[in-house]
Amino acid sequence: MTEVDITSKTMDGIGPHGVKVGLLRVLGPAHVWALGVGIVLVGEYMGWNFAVGKGGAYAALIACWFAGILYTCVAMIDSEVTSTVASAGGQYTQAKHIVGPLMAFNVGLYLVFAYTMLEAANAITAGYLVSVVATMTGHEGELNQRPFIILVIMFLAWLNYRGVLATLTFNLVITAFAFAAILILFLSTSGIIGAGIMDHAALFEGHALPYGWIGILASLHFGLWFYLGIEGTTQAAEEVRSPARALPFGTLAGIMTLLIAATLTWYVCSGVLPWEFLGDGVNGSVAPLFDTARLSGSAGLVWLLGFGTLFATLASANGCINDASRAWFAMGRDKYLPGWFGAVHPKYRTPYRAIVFLVPIALIFALGAPLDQVITFSILSGLLGYTFMPLNIILFRRKWPLNSIKRGYEHPFHPLPAIMLLSLCGVTFFAVFLGYGTQLVAMIGFYIVVSLWFHFWRYRFVNRGAQFTMPWPKPQGY
Amino acid sequence: MDLWNWLEYGAWALSAAFGLHMVLDWLRTDSTYPEDVLTSSREGELEAMAEEHKVKS
Repeated sequence: MTEVDITSKTMDGIGPHGVKVGLLRVLGPAHVWALGVGIVLVGEYMGWNFAVGKGGAYAALIACWFAGILYTCVAMIDSEVTSTVASAGGQYTQAKHIVGPLMAFNVGLYLVFAYTMLEAANAITAGYLVSVVATMTGHEGELNQRPFIILVIMFLAWLNYRGVLATLTFNLVITAFAFAAILILFLSTSGIIGAGIMDHAALFEGHALPYGWIGILASLHFGLWFYLGIEGTTQAAEEVRSPARALPFGTLAGIMTLLIAATLTWYVCSGVLPWEFLGDGVNGSVAPLFDTARLSGSAGLVWLLGFGTLFATLASANGCINDASRAWFAMGRDKYLPGWFGAVHPKYRTPYRAIVFLVPIALIFALGAPLDQVITFSILSGLLGYTFMPLNIILFRRKWPLNSIKRGYEHPFHPLPAIMLLSLCGVTFFAVFLGYGTQLVAMIGFYIVVSLWFHFWRYRFVNRGAQFTMPWPKPQGY
Repeated sequence: MDLWNWLEYGAWALSAAFGLHMVLDWLRTDSTYPEDVLTSSREGELEAMAEEHKVKS
């Protein structure tokens, strides 16, 4: 071990052992919160309401809370593991240390696909929002959305390229704005400030559960929208000043924020919009919170929720670029992918090659694929990742019990959250199979093929010894 | 041509500017620094030095 003070100004947190350029440790818990909530909050503004179409308003509420339990388990498990395995790559790095290389390769791809496709979906949505604003302001004819879709991806990629602190501070501001907009809409329409416009009793009469219990099962898939992406906080692990504190703090504060935002969103929208209109996200209510604001008759609320919708979309795309690039970079650094991707910019200290490489891929999805397919593949990749998490934490606790290594956070009631998460994933897979069976089979087929490629070809290039860097004792039973 | 048509052109121009800036900076960086410096990042270095990973008995 060399005599280098890594906390000195010249080293600036970069470790010795030949490391000359590394990611910059500048983030705090608020940035972690902004990363997690920022990716997700767009799901409150649009998308979740398909759950209403599948099973009615009550089914959507059950889906909202069911998914809330699932994601609370995700947040607790992630907080424990990632505050201990504090490196870029998040769940990929966890899988590498705890399960093995093949699992790590698959989890890394889940992450990159889930985030890149979600980024593309957000860019498409932003282009659509701009075209709506153009129509509302009197533009005649159809606006070409493509330049605005491309601008969203290029601007956010550029921001990510230039540095993580500016990127996530930007996310913090626009995410806080979008969350505050939901709170203000609730206060204004529920009667707490001014006259209320909600009428749940009249809107629900005779429509409590229009398709019965099977409708609840069908709506579960869209309940994920309320929280999908909160696990992205783990990708900031190598760039936070204090991983053991900031990661659990930011992640758990994030899931609490989302539980509040999701429930308020359901309450506000289902109390103002008829379920047939609310549940049709294509021809009916594309952006339910914005539509609720329009029905309130307040121009101020319309502007507030209009900007809230746009900001939530941008925050999600921004967080997705950050997370996908960190996962891709970490896989390159370990030679799971070409080592060329493991480069860090010497001035901006970002994984610049990974960021630039993923730009054309996001553009291809955003300009060439239908939105519903892009979203479905993103959700499926995410769901595969959630299925990995309970297995991961069970193995983690078994190999390195609580008294063997220091953890930043210890989640309670183990193994109950892991078992609950695994069961909920099983139910959600069944629900997805009912609606998107072909896509599910195609996606699993894709991952089987790339796993064979990794096992028989790519693994020979992996840094087998150097990839395990945590100064942990030998796992129990080995 | 109304404002939105101009905004379309503006979006194309800004997209090109952001893309061009990234690509030029990327090429300049790759030609300025040796590859072993750019790819010298290693996972867990800070943990190895700064964190104890010991549990109080």
